[in-house]
Amino acid sequence: MGLPSGTFNQGYAQDMAIFRTRTHWVMLIAFLIFLFTCPLFFGDRILTVLTIIGITVISVHGLNILTGYCNQISMGHAGFMAVGAYTSAILTAKLGFSFWAALPCAALAAGIVGIIFGLPSLRIKGFYLIMATIAAHFIIIWVILQLYGITGGSDGLAVPRPEIGGFVFKSKSSYFYLVMIIACLGTFLAKNLVRTRAGRAFIAIRDNELAAEVMGVNLLSYKLVAFFIGCVYAGVAGSLLVHYVAFATVDQFPFMNSVWYLGMLIVGGMGSTAGAIFGVVFLKLLDELVTIVGPILSAAVAPQAAASLSLIMRGLVIILFLIFEPRGLAHRWQMVKAYYRLWPFSH
Amino acid sequence: MSFFLQLMVSGFALGMVYALIAIGFVIILKCSKAFNIAQGHFVMIGGYLGFTFLVTFHLPVWASLLAAVASAIILGLIIERFTLRPLVGQPVLAVIMMTIALSVVFEGLATLIWGGEYKTYHGVLPTLTLKVGELSIPPETLIGVIVSIAVVAILMLFFRYTKSGLAMMATAEDEQVVQSAGIKVTTVYALSWVIACIVGVIGGIILGGVSGVMIPLSMIGLKAFAVVLLGGINSIGGAIVAGIILGVLENVAAGYLDPLLPGGGLANVFPFIIMIIVLIFRPYGLFGLVEIERI
Repeated sequence: MGLPSGTFNQGYAQDMAIFRTRTHWVMLIAFLIFLFTCPLFFGDRILTVLTIIGITVISVHGLNILTGYCNQISMGHAGFMAVGAYTSAILTAKLGFSFWAALPCAALAAGIVGIIFGLPSLRIKGFYLIMATIAAHFIIIWVILQLYGITGGSDGLAVPRPEIGGFVFKSKSSYFYLVMIIACLGTFLAKNLVRTRAGRAFIAIRDNELAAEVMGVNLLSYKLVAFFIGCVYAGVAGSLLVHYVAFATVDQFPFMNSVWYLGMLIVGGMGSTAGAIFGVVFLKLLDELVTIVGPILSAAVAPQAAASLSLIMRGLVIILFLIFEPRGLAHRWQMVKAYYRLWPFSH
Repeated sequence: MSFFLQLMVSGFALGMVYALIAIGFVIILKCSKAFNIAQGHFVMIGGYLGFTFLVTFHLPVWASLLAAVASAIILGLIIERFTLRPLVGQPVLAVIMMTIALSVVFEGLATLIWGGEYKTYHGVLPTLTLKVGELSIPPETLIGVIVSIAVVAILMLFFRYTKSGLAMMATAEDEQVVQSAGIKVTTVYALSWVIACIVGVIGGIILGGVSGVMIPLSMIGLKAFAVVLLGGINSIGGAIVAGIILGVLENVAAGYLDPLLPGGGLANVFPFIIMIIVLIFRPYGLFGLVEIERI
């Protein structure tokens, strides 16, 4: 399906290959070379945007596995990120752990909290589960604010930048490399995870829960595994975020972020690893556009125009995608590819 | 003791606001199976509309109410026709994201039009003062309670005795049967959005008179979901009872426990804790229908 003409699969390995043809490999390597040479020809401002995109991609991959593949809709993803972020922040700032030990702990902590809030998912689904995860977000943030002695409450917590040997990831470009390596690794794992036994179980649960159960998929354990994996990704992303900003506050994890992560999935395409990346890049670039256009509009119309523009733009993008392209950019991309391959004989 | 009673009374008033939002939500859910996250934003828009008509245009109260209801009808029709109708048959998440996107657009519009500032119009609404012993009931709260009860009563009668109300109840039961009986389902959907908008806008005007409106008011919309879940997701009566229970509980808990907690802010998280408890132990709420699923 979707192969260039004259290319035929002749075995299981070829059938399952993600990068099937030589052109695919060339494009992949060219993209990776471009990605990792970005710091050479981009300034700090663009690197910051790219780093934030990388961190968000990691988080949205987790949400994609949880929501796009397993259909367990989570609207508390920013809360789970906060768990990872604060675990890592406390371990490095208060207990003197190194970042490299704190990162797995952050992932694990977020995963465990995810399992706890995922427990109701066996009995409830759809709207009820959304409500449970919204509640999870607010409860997590509230608990963080309550534990003033450990987390610094609303004052926040200063976090050191990661270091390896004597080298501190202090500059924008060094942190960019760190984030991009983890993001590429995360993408690779996410893409392959959904092709394993667990991934197929997730898809079965998404398509029909009862039928999956009848076929012998253990609903509780696979749903909890989905929550665990999704929240591990969130924990890693949260940890990377606070170490990047070098400061942890609850303001970095507002409730609307959880919503925007779902919005990114919708824009990009649910249940598609490439879609998660497309969605994040699209919405983040839209934000950048708004930060450029906003001040001009503010000066021309009214001082509050910039703030309202960003809200209205994001809302409208999601509304338009839901109406006109509910399967997201990933699906549109497939259609463009098919069109390009068949052109000029489109029948 | 009087502290407790005062908490009870203000909790009751808050509960009525919760109930008003929850009713709007339940109406849409019953008829079109759409989860309307933007219900809290209807309330916010209502509050700001009240400010525009009462303070900016200096209209009398009855004219402002009429104008606000008219705006609510137009708003409801536009929303249903252009954003929700294309989504009929789409999964739950699509509808929820649509209403969230709508709520974000509302927030942006409110920021643009009203500057996103805190607006209040104390003393513009008619006042009624009631004193029971040493316990004073704030006047606008009393008006709010009376209007809320009136709205709820009108809705109850509407659903029981009018043709369109019965059509809505029937649609809630089974869309396909209703269509074969000659009821136009799209009209029912539009009507449900209009009613939800009106209920939200009226709630907003009351709230604007009691405590003022601002953008974070829409947060109340999220908290009202705890009410919806506690009352049962498709029960209007349940929404009212649960609204009052939750409003009172939240106020009393915050009044007594907040001084004991270092960070405070229990009132903001209390409904969510209730929500989790309800979801774990009784997902269909106090008065909701238990759904049985088959392959």
